[in-house]
Amino acid sequence: MTEFNKNPDREWIKKRLIGASVCVLFVFAILFFRLIYLQIIKGEEYRRLSEKNAVRLKTIKPSRGLMFDRNKRLIVDNRPSFNLKIVREDAGDVEKTVEKVAKLIQVPFRELMDSIARAGKGAFYKSVILKNDISREQLAIVEAHKFDLPGIHIDIEPTRHYMYKKTAAHLLGYIGQINRKELKTGKYPNLKSGDLIGRYGIEKSFEKYLQGKRGGRQIEVDANGRMIKILRTIDPVSGLDLNLTLDFDLQETAQKLLENKDGTVVAIDPDNGDVLVMASSPSFDQNDFIGGISIKKWKELMTDPGKPMINKAIQAEYPPASTYKIITSFAALEEKHIDINTTAYCPGFFKYGNRVYRCWKKYGHGELSIIDALAQSCDVFYYQAGEKVGVDALAQYARGSGLGKKTGIMLENEKTGLIPTSVWKKKRYNESWQGGETLSIAIGQGYNLVTPLQMAVLMAAVGNGGTLYRPRIVKTIEDSHGKIVKKIEPEITGGLPASKETLNIVKNGLLKVVQGARGTARGIRLKNVEIAGKTGTAQVFSIKKGEKIKTEDLEYSLRDHAWFVCYAPAQNPVIALSVMIEHGEHGSSTAAPIAGALIEQYMQGFLIKDGLTE
Amino acid sequence: MFDRRLIENFDWGFIILILLIGSIGLVILHSALSAGHDTGVVHILFKKQIIWMGTGFIIMMITLLIDFRNLDQLNLFIYALCVGLLISVILFGQVGGGSRRWLLIGFFRIQPSELMKIALIISLSSVYATSASQTGLNFRKLIKPGILCTIPFILIVKQPDLGTGLLLLLIAGSITLFVKLERKVFFTLSGVCFAAVPLVWFGLKEYQKLRILTFLNPDRDPLGAGYHIIQSKIAIGSGMLTGKGFLKGTQSALSFLPEQHTDFIASVLAEEWGLAGCSVLLILYFFLLLWGLNIAYNCRNMFGSILAFGVTTMIFWQIFINIGMVMGLMPVVGVPLPLVSYGGSSVITNMMGFGILLNISMQKFSSN
Repeated sequence: MTEFNKNPDREWIKKRLIGASVCVLFVFAILFFRLIYLQIIKGEEYRRLSEKNAVRLKTIKPSRGLMFDRNKRLIVDNRPSFNLKIVREDAGDVEKTVEKVAKLIQVPFRELMDSIARAGKGAFYKSVILKNDISREQLAIVEAHKFDLPGIHIDIEPTRHYMYKKTAAHLLGYIGQINRKELKTGKYPNLKSGDLIGRYGIEKSFEKYLQGKRGGRQIEVDANGRMIKILRTIDPVSGLDLNLTLDFDLQETAQKLLENKDGTVVAIDPDNGDVLVMASSPSFDQNDFIGGISIKKWKELMTDPGKPMINKAIQAEYPPASTYKIITSFAALEEKHIDINTTAYCPGFFKYGNRVYRCWKKYGHGELSIIDALAQSCDVFYYQAGEKVGVDALAQYARGSGLGKKTGIMLENEKTGLIPTSVWKKKRYNESWQGGETLSIAIGQGYNLVTPLQMAVLMAAVGNGGTLYRPRIVKTIEDSHGKIVKKIEPEITGGLPASKETLNIVKNGLLKVVQGARGTARGIRLKNVEIAGKTGTAQVFSIKKGEKIKTEDLEYSLRDHAWFVCYAPAQNPVIALSVMIEHGEHGSSTAAPIAGALIEQYMQGFLIKDGLTE
Repeated sequence: MFDRRLIENFDWGFIILILLIGSIGLVILHSALSAGHDTGVVHILFKKQIIWMGTGFIIMMITLLIDFRNLDQLNLFIYALCVGLLISVILFGQVGGGSRRWLLIGFFRIQPSELMKIALIISLSSVYATSASQTGLNFRKLIKPGILCTIPFILIVKQPDLGTGLLLLLIAGSITLFVKLERKVFFTLSGVCFAAVPLVWFGLKEYQKLRILTFLNPDRDPLGAGYHIIQSKIAIGSGMLTGKGFLKGTQSALSFLPEQHTDFIASVLAEEWGLAGCSVLLILYFFLLLWGLNIAYNCRNMFGSILAFGVTTMIFWQIFINIGMVMGLMPVVGVPLPLVSYGGSSVITNMMGFGILLNISMQKFSSN
């Protein structure tokens, strides 16, 4: 029994165990002395602080990044908002106090109690929002009765201010309160309930730059919850500012021209894909969303037949109609089915099988070649050209020109459009492709769908000699000191599937649309600038054979959509436009004049600039 | 069935200590829960904890029936089992609070990283029982323990649960230092550690550095950890000599503190029972640790001695880190206070540890 205990191997372990005991004693002595320090030496002070529950945490909201247009014009700002809050612990009888406030500022008592209830139980010492953004009058009344309202305080916090309501609303987007579900996903570790996040447009897709970082303050308060002393402050970090590619003067004009119409205007700089204008109509007031939109207003927006909540430039798909003749021209020329001299005779209709396909011009265009066919938008010429090319080759050229796929603009929910092929139809409808359908496709009717933005990108490419750009909406992101944090460079996504000669032929045709004596858009000709473009009239409703209905008699929702796509100046374009007016009937009469007016205004800016430099 | 002498040697004193601390824990837990929750919820949580304690007690009784020498033979098996559990946590574990820590087995939600502590202590004790000597360990003898530590550490940090991972290293490091290193080895290792600090530091990304700085000095984050420490210090200090009385704590009543029924529970004790109450708990913990070391002292088997020391170390670090943190001496880490904090996993692990200690204690007179 004793041999083991006497074992020298045993003795050294025992010594170390005694050492360990001394360590434990030492550590416990430290803990004990710390307790004496906190509870006896500092005890009085901490008791005092605890009795008043005097140390509070107050968050300081960061201001969201601003947005400027390409000329540094401020378009989205922040403004101070007066937010009425309550700390329940300091309020004494919470209901009584809230009732008093409700009476003073003339807000239903229930509404205020509801917002307290939303904050949940517990955390009585935390500020809870009673009402955001009260008016100056309400503020004055609350301040005057400050001493009758324990626990009530007003925080001045920055809130979003969309300076030009309804203008570019779809592009800029709006913000709204984060909800519980989103908080639970863990994607927003820095946010708390009640915080605002981007919900739409640039506000949403650039959220991480715009957001900023909250700051906070430890404060000592008195028995009524009023601040006595600031113990510590962490300053908030403002969100980053965005310099957009928009030309806001032009945007405002576009928005005005679209008023009382349903439609969209997109303008792009052909040299780099910069989006100069993106207007969609009808629009909405983004400011309505900040404090939470009222149910009534939301219902109005959702039931409006004009669909104001849809950004028609990227989220609406339309048949391209005659604007698609650009694609058919590419295909027919490149595949060598026609050349610049090939002519066709248009008697006003084209017989295919036992069906008759009409040209929009009842008595026909007579004999014409591709340039005039494009200028006068002759359907018969393109029926013939399309028939030779075939649906699948057409689709290849359309895709190569950026149709049928997203442009890659940094906005959510962009639509792809639709470029049909025979395989697609087999899959979708389990039917084989009919030759007659190719004819419809060739003039942009049938299954084809494009977004106005895709058409703008296409026109920019035609204008600049064939380069397809990814539309850019933000140029640079900078901090509040003006230091550039991130630069978004122009990005080439491809080239048009057209040789130089092909492109020149098409460009000539487009030029004659406006500048030619018989061009479909000759009405918008400008004095100093040559415009090249293409009109389009997209059928919403097909008129049966033999039936004669004046479009004026048609119900609004059945009238044709009007397209006009163009670039200017024709030789060395600085702007490419895509205008779509829903139910505008004729591209030449409703859509083209809008483009004309915008080009005139935009070019004036250029002429002035040139005048100054020369 | 059992040797009668085993029952005669039953360590009543140790059991009484555990019961005393556990009872105090339940009283404090009741205060802490009442402060932040509705009565209904308090009832449920309190009952749950009593069930955990009861289960833990039963597990302790079962563990104490296992002859610790069997643990020596089974050490690698236990170790492999726990590593297997850790791997399955990574593969199919339940996510909670941003990390994957739990495994659902039947109705039980277990936290394998907790069990890993015991398994590592057993296997290290087993290795050192044969390799340790008065002259200390040389480098070669450290290879195997090194591997034994690294595998679970990496798996736990991956969950990610840095707190438990570091605790595991602290326990393993303490045991290794306890069984003595050669002087040369000791100084080289310390040197390497010091040298590695700046190297690791410069290799870190900016946000990782910030996180570590806040970890070391919560005052850097006055809106998060720093605020909690201030509130915790106010709660403790305001208890003064005799405290504000049972359920009279004002700091805790306002639920100023996060996790006041888990990690910050000691501040509730300090507020309501003052220095007097804290001293009682500290003294009980002190006795518990000395008792554990005494069991190691009296054990005549090398493996048993080291095992007893290891388990005691595990308890020691939890107490020190938790109370140190609450008083603002330690970084804010989620380590529960043994037998007091709310939560099942830690109760079960600690009770297992106590069961092992009790068994070693009972066998002190049996030879070898």
